[in-house]
Amino acid sequence: MQEAIISKAKQLLADGTVNRVIGWKKGEFAYDITPAIFESAEEIDADFVYDDFTSANVSKYLVKESKKEGKILAFLKPCDTYSLNQLIKEHRVNRENIYVVGISGDGKLDAEKIKAKGITGITGVKKDGDTLKINTVYGEETMPVAEAMSNKCLSCKSKKHVIYDELIGEDGEVIESDRFDMVEKLENMTSQERYDFWRNELSKCIRCNACRNVCPACTCENCVFDNPDSAVQNKAAADSFEENMFHIIRAFHVAGRCTDCGECSRVCPQNIPLHLLNRKFIKDINSLYGEYQAGADTISKAPLNDYTQDDCEASIVHERGVE
Amino acid sequence: MQRIGVFVCHCGTNIAATVDVKAVAEALSHEPGVVISQEYQYMCSEAGQNLVKDAIKEYNLTGVVVCSCSPRMHENTFRKAAASAGLNPYLVEIANIREQCSWIHKDIATATEKAVILGKAAIAKVHLNTPLTAGESPVAKRALVIGGGIAGIQTALDIAEAGFEVDIVEKEATIGGKMAQIDKTFPTLDCAACILTPKMVEALQNEKITIHSYSEVSAVKGFVGNFTATIKKKRRFVDETKCTGCGLCTEACPMKKVPNAFNLGLNNRSAIYIPFAQAVPKVATIDPNYCLKLRKGDVNDKVCGKCAEACTAGAINYHQQDEYIEQKYGAIVVATGFNPINLDKYDEFAYNQCPDVVTSLELERLMNAAGPNGGTLLRPSDKTHPHKIVFVQCVGSRCDDSKGKPYCSKICCMYTAKHAMLIREKYPDTEVYVFYIDVRTPGKNFDEFYRRAVEQYNVHYIKGMVGKVTPKADGTIDVQASDLLSNEQLHIDADMVVLATAIEPDKTARPLATMLTTQMDTNDFFTEAHAKLRPVESATAGIFLSGACQGPKDIPETVAQASAAASKAIGLLVKDSITCNPCVAHSNELMCNGCSACEKVCPYGAITYQDKEFRMPDRTTAIRRVANVNPAVCQGCGACTVACPSGAMDLNGFSNSQIMAEVDAICK
Repeated sequence: MQEAIISKAKQLLADGTVNRVIGWKKGEFAYDITPAIFESAEEIDADFVYDDFTSANVSKYLVKESKKEGKILAFLKPCDTYSLNQLIKEHRVNRENIYVVGISGDGKLDAEKIKAKGITGITGVKKDGDTLKINTVYGEETMPVAEAMSNKCLSCKSKKHVIYDELIGEDGEVIESDRFDMVEKLENMTSQERYDFWRNELSKCIRCNACRNVCPACTCENCVFDNPDSAVQNKAAADSFEENMFHIIRAFHVAGRCTDCGECSRVCPQNIPLHLLNRKFIKDINSLYGEYQAGADTISKAPLNDYTQDDCEASIVHERGVE
Repeated sequence: MQRIGVFVCHCGTNIAATVDVKAVAEALSHEPGVVISQEYQYMCSEAGQNLVKDAIKEYNLTGVVVCSCSPRMHENTFRKAAASAGLNPYLVEIANIREQCSWIHKDIATATEKAVILGKAAIAKVHLNTPLTAGESPVAKRALVIGGGIAGIQTALDIAEAGFEVDIVEKEATIGGKMAQIDKTFPTLDCAACILTPKMVEALQNEKITIHSYSEVSAVKGFVGNFTATIKKKRRFVDETKCTGCGLCTEACPMKKVPNAFNLGLNNRSAIYIPFAQAVPKVATIDPNYCLKLRKGDVNDKVCGKCAEACTAGAINYHQQDEYIEQKYGAIVVATGFNPINLDKYDEFAYNQCPDVVTSLELERLMNAAGPNGGTLLRPSDKTHPHKIVFVQCVGSRCDDSKGKPYCSKICCMYTAKHAMLIREKYPDTEVYVFYIDVRTPGKNFDEFYRRAVEQYNVHYIKGMVGKVTPKADGTIDVQASDLLSNEQLHIDADMVVLATAIEPDKTARPLATMLTTQMDTNDFFTEAHAKLRPVESATAGIFLSGACQGPKDIPETVAQASAAASKAIGLLVKDSITCNPCVAHSNELMCNGCSACEKVCPYGAITYQDKEFRMPDRTTAIRRVANVNPAVCQGCGACTVACPSGAMDLNGFSNSQIMAEVDAICK
């Protein structure tokens, strides 16, 4: 895959279709692949990486990049294309300045899961059927691929690219996933159990803002949490409970716009399952307003910004709140 | 430094009985910025208002908090008082310690504590209030009346009388509504058609009134004084301007087996029809579901076409399309009326099994000279004269189950007495039984009317409910009932059963309420702005209520309310301009993301987007898409402020920071 992507990037740069490429390069560790901008074939040859650890969704970078001179080439996995579509819908990106090449996702690996097996000093990995061969500074280790797969890929919702200018390889289909299983489990808890679950999870938060900064739905010019006039900013710092509310408020802010790309949980250094908050909203929207997938297209009306007579009444909050 | 005055009202004992007003005034006097805190028996009285005015002058107040009733009640009073004392009226805040506090609490300690908290919230808000100035917007001098029954007709006539243009939009092929279907009217027993049809003709002939029959309101935009409505004129396949109403087409039409909706399906009509002889407009309409030609799908096909052949005026147009008219209105009057409820859930009365079990409205048609039997009362099943008739009251009314309606339909007691009396008068050999829970006859000459039915006409009134109605093989109907006064079970062998069916608002009312952003109650009756003091206005400015769409009503009441609604509409239409609400939204362009969330939720179309050049911190310029609010169109509903993800959208007088300050004050 990497070769095909690199040669496509070089070709589009050479024929002048684009003047920049957003892709990925190696970070500090082998599993630490970071988005990067490439402006020449030489830069690409030197640093471009697309491997099993390349999870990062580059859609959000296009908010700024698409406003610059010239066209930028973006390689998007199926899940990433939903994010871009949503950004187009919200007029956050300049579509004319983006050239999208759809690439397959194939399921990305989570280095944390490998490390949890006691495997450290990872220098590279190779999939061999269902077995994952891991090169480490201490020698080769193996483990089942499925056990190293990142959570967001395990509950993949679609292998279909919803927007692209061209594709490398075949397009896939929207697939049935079990992504709401855990949400259901939480719903079946008593409110006290649920409260305890979330207090426990959210109290781990160190407010590094990684979730917000990576989120393709969080693209406000000025985030309410950075705006002293918003009255939200100082509240979130008042005490630990208020601080926990940061994630709840953020989930409300992206409700109806979150495409469930899973980046928030992927980047959380404290492994808080933040995506569950968003999935709860998605599940509720589906059941209360009809099936809706944010980013599936650029024209449909967002259920929370649209009123129809079939909408549920406000009393649903009360009805559902009864235990 | 703020100088805030706090004024706590006793409202006689309304507040003072459950709230220690002295303690509230005391507690609030210590709040930051408060320089004077007073209480008074009636703050809205002239003496009370003078307290506020004097304090504004004496203490040079920068803000006023009145702890009293709902702002819907007296906010305007105190704003005016403040303005007359030289303070911007929008620096006045009301803490509602009556409806939201004293009236709903019993314990003085709790109520007092809550009143103090509500006062604190208002003080926290008033700290952030800014002076606002109201603008003006013009009033379109035309009214829209939705519904052409007696309510709509009366309203339209009154508005036209005052010299304003009125459009009536009626969904049926003729105006007249339910009253046109009624035979005689209580308590005077004069014929409904005799008093209604002259009014229908008057509406037709009045040059200020335009009747859009067979039409619907498909969209309404705008706000008080400036509504724009789209009226869909449904295709009737007949050119209204050419049709003379001669009726030759209806005779020529070979499709004669169409249930006659005007006679509630009790007889048949042709596919092309004029609902009744005095229809207004007297224009034919083709029912496309039954017309042999139109049902075929291809109008160019040489099928039938008998009506077109018969029409000497050349009015038949099989190619006619729906027509949409857009018109500006200053005021809208809703007069959508009522319908009897569906009786599918009432198997016990055998309505769907036996043709001789009829609703009261069907009985009106059966007794009407223009009805299916030419005015002779005959059983629908075998066209014989019924000798024993049982009336059942409260069918679906005053129900505590989900089958019926919880309310009293109000008109049934009287029309049942009327029916009973008319039958006994015309057919003295017929025995009439009425089963009732209560007989409710408040109203001028109403109880006298009912007593006449009992005393003079010997109608058998039996207190008790009918349990089961069973059609028997011999054609009679077994009515099983209980007599609650003699405590016995009865079986009556009846020839006919008449059900006083509950009435409900017309089904078009709810979508219309959504379109007009007006409120409805749980029964889908429109909610008035104030149950006692503003009974014909909706809570949405410029929308008025006429007739049974607001609640069950008889004809005199409907006409009274229709005229009242008209006078309110006229009061609006005579103005050249109205004061706008200065509490409108505005966007902070520096924070706006350009996402269009606000534009999508705005019900008034007040928000547009523009690409605007901005100077960036690094001395570059950038074009950004930002929201722009038209303050003349914005109605200050605040939907945009909650839809905005970045908090760029804010509302004058209810800013995000003001709301947050109130919440903080409450949670402290």
